[in-house]
Amino acid sequence: MGVELVQERWKGKLYALTIGREPYQVVAGGDSTLPFLDLDGGSYTRPVSALTVFDRRPENWPDTLTGAWGDVLDNPVQWARKCVELGADAVALKLVSAHPEQGDRSPQECAATVKAVAEAVDQPLIVLGCAVNEKDAAVLPVVSEALNGYNCLIGQATSENYKTVVAGCLAHGHSVIATSPLDINLAKQLNILMTDMNLPPDRIAMDLSIGPLGYGIEYAYSIIERKRTGALLGDRMLAMPVICLVGEEAWKVKEAQRADDLEWGADEPRGILWEAVTAVALAQAGASIFVFYHPEALRQFNTQIDALMGK
Amino acid sequence: MALNGLAIYKLLPKTNCKDCGQATCLAFAMQMAAGKASLDACPHASDEAKETLGAASEPAIALVEIGTGEKVVKLGNETVLFRHDKRFVHPTAIGILVSDRLDDAAVEARVQSINGLFFDRLGETYGVDLVAVRNDSSDAARFVEVVRKVAELSPLTPALLSEDPVALRGALEVVAGRKPLVYGAHPGNYEALTALAKEFAVPLGVRVDGLDELAELAEKIAKLGHKQLLLDSGARDVKRVLADQTLIRRLAIMKRFRPFGYPTICFADNRDGAQRVLDSVVYAAKYAGVLIIDRVDPAEILPLITWRLNVYTDPQKPIAIEAKVYEVGTPGRDAPVFLTTNFSLTYYCVMGDIESARTPAYILPVDTDGTSVLTAWAAGKVTPEKIKTFLETSGIGDRVDHRRLIIPGGLAVMTAKLKEITGWDILVGPRESSVISAFLRDNWQ
Repeated sequence: MGVELVQERWKGKLYALTIGREPYQVVAGGDSTLPFLDLDGGSYTRPVSALTVFDRRPENWPDTLTGAWGDVLDNPVQWARKCVELGADAVALKLVSAHPEQGDRSPQECAATVKAVAEAVDQPLIVLGCAVNEKDAAVLPVVSEALNGYNCLIGQATSENYKTVVAGCLAHGHSVIATSPLDINLAKQLNILMTDMNLPPDRIAMDLSIGPLGYGIEYAYSIIERKRTGALLGDRMLAMPVICLVGEEAWKVKEAQRADDLEWGADEPRGILWEAVTAVALAQAGASIFVFYHPEALRQFNTQIDALMGK
Repeated sequence: MALNGLAIYKLLPKTNCKDCGQATCLAFAMQMAAGKASLDACPHASDEAKETLGAASEPAIALVEIGTGEKVVKLGNETVLFRHDKRFVHPTAIGILVSDRLDDAAVEARVQSINGLFFDRLGETYGVDLVAVRNDSSDAARFVEVVRKVAELSPLTPALLSEDPVALRGALEVVAGRKPLVYGAHPGNYEALTALAKEFAVPLGVRVDGLDELAELAEKIAKLGHKQLLLDSGARDVKRVLADQTLIRRLAIMKRFRPFGYPTICFADNRDGAQRVLDSVVYAAKYAGVLIIDRVDPAEILPLITWRLNVYTDPQKPIAIEAKVYEVGTPGRDAPVFLTTNFSLTYYCVMGDIESARTPAYILPVDTDGTSVLTAWAAGKVTPEKIKTFLETSGIGDRVDHRRLIIPGGLAVMTAKLKEITGWDILVGPRESSVISAFLRDNWQ
């Protein structure tokens, strides 16, 4: 008995977002079918994986995380170099200390840090502000200028501050992370507003505000899956690749943080798996860029992706 | 997928005889498509119509049951490829492997570990479903012995993994009353195994490498009269499994291809332990009915079980938390009291961030029909009056000595009114729960 092939005919395609400089550029998106599936023809792009660097020593990290990084945690430049040694496609620098309550560093101080990191590594740089709209609006344009020519991915731009963030990125040749609160219509709306400013659609990565495993990941999973199929069906304003801050989300939760526990088992595989499972699930939904905290979670994720890519 | 009215109409006599009670055949077809009429009402329906429309009313994927009583696991009856199209219905059943090559002490230790793979989450308990004994010894007597031991030691439903009809008969004579899964039938043993599965009324796993061969074998077994089946295309690497699972589900749902109208069974037997868990995450998301995995470490099973729980929640309804007093840690009489809404995601975020702050506290999720703070406020589902009533009925006043309520930053506009009608001091908390830690440090002593 011959089994019939049931194929979907996808007519749309994700925009291909390129960040970094030759020969270390990476491409996210560009996919023309469902993730890791050869059934329908078309192609899928290997997800980009990044490791996170903080601009100052992180607070309240569990031992599993601090133990993995050792003494680089006080030095963003060394930390970034270690990310690359550990196999990250890109380095994601988070400007925690720009936060008004966590150092309130000036835009110029932030620019000096990002410049030092950008000069220290060849790999593409993702820059994340402090997630306070007004402060990011002040910091990110200055950071964009300092990084002129590095072709970075910069965010998070929200409906509140996108104008200044996008203007800075447009002027200095960067791409933008468009952040929206777990709502496909608001996400699409923000893409429209940004492209209306003449930001090319292939210079946007969508941050849909994921929840981690156990805490809302199912909403993110379905929104990303809807977005992916929407793009493949031809909706151009949903065709930007998705970025997921899996490290930031996964390590917030008690299941990842708690020390060795009789009921939950040892902290190390548990925390790492919490992050890796969050990422693998969202890769299956169709996201394109994954920003990790723990190098072993990144490694496990990439081993899984090797298998799914048929490598 | 049900047929549409026009497709049904084409199969009707098109005589408009009105014997069915409808004005025209087309009207009758539309009623049928809407599920409001049955073909039985048409006395002139052809055999072809009866066969086609009869099949169309059957579920695309059969309901298969493993286990009995409280331990029953239902699989199948799925209707969609993507959970956002409707929902995934029956969660993947997770089975943990026990080899019959282990000695008695090792079997006992392993079953005790498996029995411990249960986790509490907001008052509910979630855990693994099956304990899967595999006949690695190729010794029928040993298999029966281990199955007997496992059945004595574990309340979980057994899965019997053997290709040997003698071993399976022996095991079924011991545990058939618990309706175990038998796996599996292949082209060389299917007649004997189908007879066994029918005799003991248990579900049967079917394995053959390749989808064409699988369809053929499933059809042969169905013709022998057994339709409680689980399908295994033999794929073991994650990429092939994903491809096979997707095509099986598409054929079943989009084409109503009967040989694939059953749930599936997947085996996560990657050589690397962590990858086994990650493979399983893909299988649970992509249609596995049963998933057998060779791991007993709770640090690995907890993430997997949590993922299964998440992906099988119903995306159509925002999940609401019961509106009552929740404790984080062991709060004392001076502990802070946080108000939030009963949208589960909102609640979990607040709970997680209070936990990270390492400050024992009370959380009061007011009933907003499971909507977030801003949505609830915009829709008038959270009002000062409602909060007042909730404060009174929840009994929080008896559990703390102070009268200070922390409200979400998004509800700051209610501050004055709330203070006036409740008599509580109102502290406006952050708009984002992620900064609760800093908020407590600066505002609560």
